[in-house]
Amino acid sequence: MKWLRPFKHALMATVVGAGLGTAAAHAELGYPEKEELKFGFIKLTDMAPIAVAYEQGYFEDEGLYVTIEAQANWKVLLDGVIDGRLDGAHMLAGQPIAATMGFGTKAHIITPFSMDLNGNGITVSNEIWDQMKPNIPKMDDGRPVHPIKADALKPVVEKYKAEGKPFNMGMVFPVSTHNYELRYWLAAGGIHPGYYAPHKGDTSGQIDADALLSVTPPPQMPATLEAGTIYGYCVGEPWNQQAVFKGIGVPVVTDYEIWKNNPEKVFGITAEFAEKYPNTTIRLTRALIRAAKWLDENNNANRPAAVKILSQPNYVGADYDVIANSMTGTFEYEKGDKRAVPDFNVFFRYFATYPYYSDAIWYLTQMRRWGQIPEDKSDQWYKDLAAQVYRPDLYMAAAQSLVADGLAKASDFPAADEDGFREPQTHFIDDIVYDGTKPNDYINKFSIGLKAGDKL
Amino acid sequence: MTTTTSFIGKISDTGMLSANVKKIISDFTRWVVVPAIGVLVFMLLWSAAAQNIDTSLGKFPGPAAVWEQFGTLYDEHVTERQKAADFYERQEQRNAERVAKDPGYEPKIRAYTGKETFLDQIVTSLITVMSGFLLAVAIAVPLGIAVGLSKTLNAAVNPIVQIFKPVSPLAWLPLVTMVVSALYVSPDPMVAKSFLNSMITVTLCCLWPMVINTSVGVASIDSDLVNVSKVLRLPALTHVRKIVLPASIPMIFTGMRLSLGVAWMVLIAAEMLAQNPGLGKFVWDEFQNGSSDSLARIMAAVLVIGFIGFLLDRGMLQIQRFVSWDKSSADR
Repeated sequence: MKWLRPFKHALMATVVGAGLGTAAAHAELGYPEKEELKFGFIKLTDMAPIAVAYEQGYFEDEGLYVTIEAQANWKVLLDGVIDGRLDGAHMLAGQPIAATMGFGTKAHIITPFSMDLNGNGITVSNEIWDQMKPNIPKMDDGRPVHPIKADALKPVVEKYKAEGKPFNMGMVFPVSTHNYELRYWLAAGGIHPGYYAPHKGDTSGQIDADALLSVTPPPQMPATLEAGTIYGYCVGEPWNQQAVFKGIGVPVVTDYEIWKNNPEKVFGITAEFAEKYPNTTIRLTRALIRAAKWLDENNNANRPAAVKILSQPNYVGADYDVIANSMTGTFEYEKGDKRAVPDFNVFFRYFATYPYYSDAIWYLTQMRRWGQIPEDKSDQWYKDLAAQVYRPDLYMAAAQSLVADGLAKASDFPAADEDGFREPQTHFIDDIVYDGTKPNDYINKFSIGLKAGDKL
Repeated sequence: MTTTTSFIGKISDTGMLSANVKKIISDFTRWVVVPAIGVLVFMLLWSAAAQNIDTSLGKFPGPAAVWEQFGTLYDEHVTERQKAADFYERQEQRNAERVAKDPGYEPKIRAYTGKETFLDQIVTSLITVMSGFLLAVAIAVPLGIAVGLSKTLNAAVNPIVQIFKPVSPLAWLPLVTMVVSALYVSPDPMVAKSFLNSMITVTLCCLWPMVINTSVGVASIDSDLVNVSKVLRLPALTHVRKIVLPASIPMIFTGMRLSLGVAWMVLIAAEMLAQNPGLGKFVWDEFQNGSSDSLARIMAAVLVIGFIGFLLDRGMLQIQRFVSWDKSSADR
C-alpha cells in the first residue's frame, strides 16, 4: 500500500481542512471518547468493509486506533462483544436480533451499519451433484439452467431417507443468514429442514426434518464436506469457491438467486457501548460507510485492490484467485462454468449499508417460521424489536456528517424522512412477496413452516 | 567414505600424519559429514514424497517451497515494520494537530495496531514459554526439596503428582481459561488474558517432571553428606543451602531440562487451541486460511518450532553442565 501514501496524506489534509471549515455545521460530533478499539471478524469476504476501513486509514482519520482480530467461530465472536473483549464485530444479521430477544445468550446488541447484501452460496458434494444433475433442465450448450431449485435435490434426499441414511448439511450458526437461506431454499423445493422448539429445550432444529442441518464454522466447511460428514453446506465466500478450486464440491445456488439483494452481515456493538461512547459510535460508522463506498465506487473499480487486502493471511487469507472469483462480479459453479453475477457482493449500492427495520423483521419472520420464536407475536412486537436492534438514527447521523464534510453525497443515502421499511420485495426464488409491515401475513404464505397459531 | 578413511589410515601409518590429525578428521566425519548426509537424504526423501502427495490445497510442499516461504515471511516482516513506522509517524502528526486545536488534550502514543508477523509470533511464544517455565521453577524446586526432605510429605504429595503428570494441556486449557477470566478482572490489564492462559497452562504441565526429579535428587543425597550436616548441627535452612541444594543440583537441572521440553510442546498446542498469540496460532490461522501457500508456511513453522525446541534443549544442557559438579549426570 506504499503507493497509496501520498494520496492518503492529501486526503487527510482535505479531511482536516474540511473539518475546520464545517466545524460549526456539525459541532456536535466531538472527538472519540474511546480511541483504542478491538474489532472481531470471521474469515469471510464480507468482512471487507472493516479491513478496508483499516487499510485505507479511514479509522485513523476518525482518530480511532483499531485492532482487527479473527475469531474462531460466531459464538466466540458474540461472547467477545458481550463480555467486552471486543468493542464491535462483523456479525450475522440474526445475531444481534437473537441476542436482544434472548434466543441463546441474552444481551442488548445494536447495529448502526449493515455490512453488505448477498455473498453466500449453497454447495453440495460431487457425489450429490452427480445425483442431482439428471433432474436439472439443460441449456442449449449443455450447462444447467440457473437458478437451480431444491426440487432437483428432493429425489436425492428421499433416496437417502429411504435407505435410512441421514442427509446431513452444514450451516454456520443457528441464527445465521445461511441457516435461513438454506432452509428457505430447501423448503421452497419441498424438503423439510426441521423445526426448533426452544421452549422444550430442543435447539437442534431437526424436528420433522428431511435434511438434518448442523453447525460448522465457515473456514472448516470444505474440510468437513471432503470428510463426508456433511453432503452440502450454505456459507459465505470464499468457502464455496474454495470447494470448486479444491474440486470437492459444486455450488448449486447463490443467495442472490434465492432472494435478490438480501441483507447479509451487520456490524454489531452493545447498546451500552453506543450509549457510553456516542462520538466513537458515529465515528466508526463514518469510517465503515466510507469503506463500503470505496468498495463499490466506480462500478467496482477498487475490488481487485480489496481482494489483495483480503488475501493477506491476517484477514481472509485464501488465495487471491479464489476470493477474486466472487468479489469481482463472477461466480464459478461447476469447474469451468463461470457466470457473471455482478451483484454477488454488494457493499454500498442499493443503500446496502442502511439498517432497514424490514430487514430485521424478515429474520424475525424466519425465526418464527422455524420455531426459534415458539409462539405468536403481534406485528407491533416485530416492529418494536427491530427498532431496538437496528439503529438507522445512528447511521443517518454518521451519513449526514459525511455529507457535511464533503466525503459523500446526500444521494448516496436514503432520504432523511425514510421510515425504515423497504417497498414490498418480490425477488424470492419461490415468488412469495415480502412486506415488512405485515410479518404475520407473510408467515402464513409458506406451505412448509409454522403459521400463525401453530405451536410445537 | 571408507576409501577416504582407509587412505588416510595408510598415510598416517607411514607417519606423515600424527594421530592427532587423524582424530580430527574422524571427528569431522562423524560430526559434520555424516549428519550432512543424513539431512541431505532426508531432503531427498521429503521432496520425493512431497511430489506424490496431492492434498486439496495442492501438492505437499517440498523443501524448495518451504525455503521460499521463509523468504516471504521475512519480507512480510520488513513490510509490516515499515507500516508500523508510518503508523507512528501519522499518529504523531495527528496528535500534534489535535493538541493545536484542543490544548487540553494529552497526546498518547498507542501501540501499532497491525498484525503480528511470523518473527513477532516467535518472540511472543518464547516469552510465554519462558514465563511459564520460570513460574513452574519457582513452585516446583521448593516443593520438590520439601518433598525430598520429608518422607511423610512425599507420601502425601506423590499421588497428586502422579495423577496430574500425564494430563494433556488440552484438558487443562478450558479450566484455565474460565478461571483466568473469572479472577483476572481489571480495566487496564498489565498483560493480556490470552498470555496468562497459555502461560499458566504451560506451568501446570511442566511442573511435575521438576517436582519429581528435584525430590528424587534431594532424597538420594549421599548419607555421608547428611551425616556431616548432622555432626555440625547445621540449622535447617543452612542444611538446605549448603548440603541439599549443591548435592541435588544435577538432578534438579535434569528435571528442568525435561520440563522445558514439555513446556515448549505444550505451548504450541495451547496457543493453537486457545487462539493465544504465538507460533501455535500462526499454524492454526494458516490452516484456516487454506491458501495454496498455507501448507508451506505451516511446514516453515514446524521447522522453526523444532529448531527452537532444539536450541532450548541445548541451552539447558549447557547450563546444566556448567552448574553441575557431577559431569556424568549431565548426559542423562
